[in-house]
Amino acid sequence: MVNVTIDGRSISVPEHTTILEAAREAGIHIPTLCYLKELNEIGACRVCVVEIDGIDQLVAACNNYVLDGMVVRTATPKVLEARKTNVEFILTQHDSQCTSCGRSGNCNLQSVANDLGVLGLPYEKHLPGLPWDLSFPLIRNNDKCINCLRCLQVCDKVQASYVWDLGNRASHTNVNVAGGAPIRESSCALCGQCITHCPTAALRERDDTDAVWQALADPEVVTIVQIAPSVRTAWGDPWGLTGDEATVERLVSALRPLGFDYIINTDFSADLTIMEEGSELLHRLSEGGDVAWPMFTSCCPGWVRFIKEHYPQLVDQVSTSKSPQQMFGAVVKSYYAEQLGVDPHKIFSVSIMPCLAKKHECALPSMRDACGDPDVDVVLTVREMDRMIRRAGVDVHALEDGAFDEPLGVGTGAGIIFGATGGVMEAALRTASYLATGSAPEEDVFADVRGLDGWKEATYDLGGTKLRVAVASGLGNAAKLCDALLAGEVAYDFVEVMACPGGCVGGGGQPIHDGMERQYELGQVLYGLDKVATYRNSYENPSIVKVYDEFFGEPLSERAEKLLHTDQHAWMMPAEQRAAVAAVETEL
Amino acid sequence: MARLHVMERSAAQAVMDDLHTAVEKRLAVSSLAPCPVEFTAAFVGMCATQSCGKCTPCRIGLGVLKELMDDVLEGRGTEKSLELIEKTARTIYLSSDCAIGYEAGEMALTAIRGFRDDFEHHINKHTCGFTQSQLVPCVSGCPSGVDIPGYISLVEAGRYTDAVRLIRKDNPLPIVCGLVCEHPCEMYCRRGMVDDPMNIRGLKRYATEHMESDYTPHHEPATGKRVAVIGGGPAGLSAAYYLALMGHSPKIFEARKHLGGMLRYGIPAYRLPRERLDEEINWLIKQGIEVELEHKVEDLASLRSEFDAVYLAIGAHSDNKLGLEGEDADGVISAVEMLRAIGDDELPDFTGERVCIVGGGNVAMDCARSAVRCGAEKVTIVYRRRVADMTAQDEEIVGAKEEGCELLELHAPLRIATEGGRVSGLVVQPQIIGGLKWGRPAPRDAQADEVTIECNRVIVAIGQVIESEPFAAQGVATNRGKIVTNPDGAIEGFDGVFSGGDCQSGPATVIRAINAGKVAAANIDHYLGFDHQITLDVELPPVQFKGKISCARCEMPFRESIERIHDFDDIEKGYTAEEALQEASRCLRCDHFGFGAFRGGRIEQW
Repeated sequence: MVNVTIDGRSISVPEHTTILEAAREAGIHIPTLCYLKELNEIGACRVCVVEIDGIDQLVAACNNYVLDGMVVRTATPKVLEARKTNVEFILTQHDSQCTSCGRSGNCNLQSVANDLGVLGLPYEKHLPGLPWDLSFPLIRNNDKCINCLRCLQVCDKVQASYVWDLGNRASHTNVNVAGGAPIRESSCALCGQCITHCPTAALRERDDTDAVWQALADPEVVTIVQIAPSVRTAWGDPWGLTGDEATVERLVSALRPLGFDYIINTDFSADLTIMEEGSELLHRLSEGGDVAWPMFTSCCPGWVRFIKEHYPQLVDQVSTSKSPQQMFGAVVKSYYAEQLGVDPHKIFSVSIMPCLAKKHECALPSMRDACGDPDVDVVLTVREMDRMIRRAGVDVHALEDGAFDEPLGVGTGAGIIFGATGGVMEAALRTASYLATGSAPEEDVFADVRGLDGWKEATYDLGGTKLRVAVASGLGNAAKLCDALLAGEVAYDFVEVMACPGGCVGGGGQPIHDGMERQYELGQVLYGLDKVATYRNSYENPSIVKVYDEFFGEPLSERAEKLLHTDQHAWMMPAEQRAAVAAVETEL
Repeated sequence: MARLHVMERSAAQAVMDDLHTAVEKRLAVSSLAPCPVEFTAAFVGMCATQSCGKCTPCRIGLGVLKELMDDVLEGRGTEKSLELIEKTARTIYLSSDCAIGYEAGEMALTAIRGFRDDFEHHINKHTCGFTQSQLVPCVSGCPSGVDIPGYISLVEAGRYTDAVRLIRKDNPLPIVCGLVCEHPCEMYCRRGMVDDPMNIRGLKRYATEHMESDYTPHHEPATGKRVAVIGGGPAGLSAAYYLALMGHSPKIFEARKHLGGMLRYGIPAYRLPRERLDEEINWLIKQGIEVELEHKVEDLASLRSEFDAVYLAIGAHSDNKLGLEGEDADGVISAVEMLRAIGDDELPDFTGERVCIVGGGNVAMDCARSAVRCGAEKVTIVYRRRVADMTAQDEEIVGAKEEGCELLELHAPLRIATEGGRVSGLVVQPQIIGGLKWGRPAPRDAQADEVTIECNRVIVAIGQVIESEPFAAQGVATNRGKIVTNPDGAIEGFDGVFSGGDCQSGPATVIRAINAGKVAAANIDHYLGFDHQITLDVELPPVQFKGKISCARCEMPFRESIERIHDFDDIEKGYTAEEALQEASRCLRCDHFGFGAFRGGRIEQW
């Protein structure tokens, strides 16, 4: 333990405690901008500087340890002037038009500048004004970037995607796509973690709400919106709704006034995914011969982008099942259109997701299986949806719980936990176990795959067949798992990967809370809902039973293959394209 | 009114001079970091501040040029920008009235041409394509990437064994390097911006002299793979050491009586005492290296058939000839020959002789200073350029002078005068220095008569060559004697045969050879089908921010020349504890402060 004095308060903290942590322990607030615990402790913004007795210069609190006997002062005139001036420096390169900024009110730069009393700038502004491909689902606006470098750190250290790099030096330093490539040609998985870790609006999703407003305004168009499982964990954040208040039923009520014709539950198609993916797994297992193992889940399009970009040799092992979003899209413009007696070409299908990769996914030419139009027309992140609710002036506090439209509003607990790491695996095991043994699994018998460990493994007995499973969340963990598989260090039969740490609840399209990692808390919401769900296994879902009875026949049927499965080779990631071009050139 | 004034330096002028010195210091240590375009723009801007304002190209052109470069940096550059930038710089060079303008113009032209790719990268991609290599400046400057801030912090903490362990992660020869490393790391040391660069070599030497205990590094389980290493110099020793740690069985074949290569047969003992060299080599051998001395490898293919891989590191042990009349006379010897004999403890006796050394490099100084110790009455170093143009390190030149050697600059050898088949003098032609040629001032014959320097012995120290012909005859590709390899060191056409060190790079420094061995170990390990990692196994003390404290660099003192010229004992004295602690505490810890906090910091394994 070391003894330090911070602002006159004596405290004792363990060795290797930073000044910032020690101050927080003592109840003293030191403002930070670039700091992100463990991920970005680089002392770059110089806002957390403090004064230490005996040293003339100021010291960054975020990445320097307290030493025994150290006397720290966190709010001397020298400190306060340096902090304010540094924020003023940052603002000279920041587009501060907060009135037209999506992060206004949820921006750490804004609050730090306000707290420090920045009322005007004594310096001229110089914005970098760099170009960006605004058609890409991920948008970077370096006029708002403060070079905190968090995006780069989360992309490298957590997501192993290495999209960003420092583009220039000196006063022209900016973060940009590594090597100056267009973002479309980069290895970006579209996980969106850079967005949720950005302290300002330098990173955001492409806003697609206008297209939805247009469709809603058109009386000829039938608007159908699906809501993903994890949306229910955080959608109420902008209004400060608690977990109990922000139910998915209340969200249904919040969306009704916007004019959606049908509001349906992606939990249903998560169950559908389980039926198809589970059957695919059992089919592979029974096939024998030289099937390559493991089979990987395919429900996360960020993961699909990642594996295609970095591990093309493993793509054949990815399940052909579409993501729940795309399964739903295909069902909506086929079976559901039939049920409703509507021309599928008149349907505008919207999907609310905690995700950016799904914006890319819905636009793929290979995702037009129902009627030739895109199966899903527009994907909105939770943030975009919240903006629509705000724009419509809906008073969410006053709403009663509503109900999804039937029959596609019914989901099971298995569908709900799709939003958390391990959830797809657990849901699949519940149904696979039933399909293999003919009897319902014991409650929570597969709960070992839950939890926030980045790489979990377990072995289960499915009616006499030993099944070795693994679950990874966060692409860095996925990369480690793939490397270990390729090196022959591990062997599995079935592997679930979710691109975002903690799964979709930690998705790049969720509401942002600067500096907070909420995956665990949000995941618990889903497991709580699963616990009390009427049905907890996908095969029990009456809507699932009905849709197979009336439309698909059985999992992996011809129609199911056409509408619910896809060819993972139908499109290419940039690395695949480069390899293909190189192959052609070699041939020539 | 006085008619004339004594020139006095105003207070402002004094500040100006101080700032100029500070700029010099900054520039001296930062060449690895800046973006080429950013640097050129700033350079042009700085030149513009020196313009007196009289002439158009310098007054206006330099400012315009800077703006054009800023356009490129700010993403406003187009394909035409480069043409305009070049035309602008050319006009400044061609039409300025004085050197302030035309030199600036010429430097700008050099930069634009040399950095053309970088300018284009900025224009096309709005980013800098130049790799930022200065993560931690000293580490980036060290050819072998030794964790310098790490071991300095351990020296400061008084943990000398741990410091040596940490060094040996990247450099197995810390004792040798503590004594003779050319320390390119110090050139980049950021402390140089504050006062003086760190004395990194001094601290390394101190750590090796004050280790608390011996230790055995971690060895991977035995792989059963055998690797032949041809040559027991720094490259071969370094490769063999890491291969041994990786679990392989290396065997060094050394042509001479002892291991060490140029460490023994090139560097005199007064710089690298033999007992220290032996201590290092013996420790390395103990880590699982088999050695066969006085075994000159002749047949590469047959050796390869007996081993799983081969590393060819024969160094550069042959000498260059002057090609002058009388060179075959009795009394003319090559530097290599002389230093090799000394390496085998067969000291030549020059008692009463007058000795001429031809050459201006470190080897010439080594020969001159060794000749003094071998009893020579007078030693003259004859060099065709100026002393300022000598390639020898300054401290070597100063050392030679202190020990009584005469430096005869601007004299080119013409022929060796003989009497009865024996050297009687060196005939030289006085030179006059001229303009720059390939970056160095070129001498030419002065309008003066030739001179004869009477002497009994001439030592030729004008560079070494590689004895690669026997291997070339077996099909190994060579280029001007240097062995040609792929980037991973593999020799084309010889599966599993690698090469590195002086014989592949041409004569270079100890630390470059050490790194070559390290690289070879990694690539040979990979070739053998493994992926062993050499990892950091020392916990480092926490970093402490001390703020700016001015403290100049401690140099290591030398023994007095009058004493040291009589023996081959170490001429340099290591630090005292007080000096070592003070010097270690000067480290700015660029692994933690600055860019190192973000990227860099520590390479924990390789």
